[in-house]
Amino acid sequence: MWKQPAPANSSFNEYNTFPLPQTQRGGQSSHAHGPVGHTQQPLVTGTSVLGLKFDKGVMIAADNLASYGSLARFRDIQRLHPLGKHTLLGVAGDMSDFQWLKKELDALLRQEDALALTDSHPSFSPKNIYELLSNLFYARRSKMNPVWNAVLVGGWDKVKEESFLAYVDLLGTTYTAPTLATGFGAHLAQPLLREAYEAKAGINGEGPLLTQEEAEKVLDDCMKVLFYRDARSINKYQVATITSGGVTISDSRSAETEWKFAEGLRGYGGQTQ
Amino acid sequence: MFRNSYDSDNTTFSPQGKLFQVEYALEAVKQGSAAIGLRSKTHAVLLTLKRSTGELATYQKKLIRIDDHVGVAIAGLTSDARVLSNFMRQQAMRSRMTYGRAIPVGRIVQSIADRAQTNTQEYGRRPYGVGFLVIGQDETGPHLYEFSPSGTAFEYYAHSIGARSQSAKTYLEKNFESFENATLPELINHGLSALHDTLQQDKHLSLQNTSIAIIGPSDSSSDIENLSQSSAAKKGNFRVWENESVENLLKTWRRSRGEPEDGPSEEETSASAPSAEQAQGTQGSENAPPGAPAGGEDVTMEE
Repeated sequence: MWKQPAPANSSFNEYNTFPLPQTQRGGQSSHAHGPVGHTQQPLVTGTSVLGLKFDKGVMIAADNLASYGSLARFRDIQRLHPLGKHTLLGVAGDMSDFQWLKKELDALLRQEDALALTDSHPSFSPKNIYELLSNLFYARRSKMNPVWNAVLVGGWDKVKEESFLAYVDLLGTTYTAPTLATGFGAHLAQPLLREAYEAKAGINGEGPLLTQEEAEKVLDDCMKVLFYRDARSINKYQVATITSGGVTISDSRSAETEWKFAEGLRGYGGQTQ
Repeated sequence: MFRNSYDSDNTTFSPQGKLFQVEYALEAVKQGSAAIGLRSKTHAVLLTLKRSTGELATYQKKLIRIDDHVGVAIAGLTSDARVLSNFMRQQAMRSRMTYGRAIPVGRIVQSIADRAQTNTQEYGRRPYGVGFLVIGQDETGPHLYEFSPSGTAFEYYAHSIGARSQSAKTYLEKNFESFENATLPELINHGLSALHDTLQQDKHLSLQNTSIAIIGPSDSSSDIENLSQSSAAKKGNFRVWENESVENLLKTWRRSRGEPEDGPSEEETSASAPSAEQAQGTQGSENAPPGAPAGGEDVTMEE
């Protein structure tokens, strides 16, 4: 009943769907300005990003790996991107979409800085940037052309004098919490982050928050766990800290790991008996 | 047919370096009834003189709300003002939708100034025949801007546009140093005094012809604003007071000048109209009643 599908580049308009004068060259799939490409799968990807509020601000951590499938292809990629003085993105997912996002947002902030020269109006707050990203991600998924990322936005709101941490992903899903994680981290690290957070702040978050040192220790522990159990991670990561003083991004570092236990493991191949 | 040979094309300079169509557009602003704006550290206010085309017509509104934090007073062609204010509303909404941020006042004014400028440089277009005073507040505090059809936008401590606005300007220039630290009632009183100076000899400010817009927190120590009538006033957003609602503001102003609270007696303004009802009709009218030739420059412009 159904014929063999025509080859993708077929220029024969089988069902006369185009009026004759408008018959397109180069096949039915072509657009007025050439074929349109939609992102249908991520290619080079980054894995988990973690975010955690502490008493003087917020921290975001991500490793330095951009994988090509299961291949650890690029091992020195920074996935933390500052936007202005008080906002930072931590990005998981497709790295080319991340690069595009950086380019667009940097251009927007540059324009905003230029305008501020004339009226001294403060630049976008973290909330403003998050609102824009939410709208962008949802608009793009609605065009069936998602921006294939999951993003944590961390920042310091200068007006409200409080930290900001929120999540948005390729579906336009948004939420906010004092601890956040994307991807694998949402399963492996988020429970650990919550445990540490709630140990001091309580489940209603009314107690004291973690100090900067405590928060950094929790993130280091979480990054170690992720390296042990997430096959798309490497033991090289950065932690960004955003406070009222601005954004600081640490140098890359590694967690102390312990592999002696592996000697006793049996059943994963390799050993002969 | 043309007043001079550079009239037909608004993008061509005259040998004197003028764009005549732009100059005529600025004339249109001067024909519109007066609008005054003042700013303190905490507030920005607009005061306008409304006109009606005749006894049977309503008074043309001169204050337009753009957003919670921005509003304009117009002088000139009302229809051009509607085009520009619609555009400003779109800009304001766009900013709120995409960034969740109220658009900075200077930027929204610049956006209409840029639009007006293209009209002075592109073939086959005409300048807008309207000027704006824009008040607003943003993260850098309250602001007052003037927009003019030549495509400029300047910020002011106090300013006036429209018919006989030079008289108001004189008043403002003499008093502007006290505006910075003025309270809201003081600021409005200054504004009304300046507005009063734009009136012709036998005319007075009335409930019918006066409208006032305010941005900034309402004044708790006075009853000039009826808070139960306006949630915008409670929040410090842009609000307009006119007709009955402007009564308290006018009374407070007259009191501050040592005049009778209820204003000049009605017989004074309408000697020929004995009945009270008729008197009310003519008293406020900036335009002379039909029959009596209007004495001002205001007659030809619709507004």
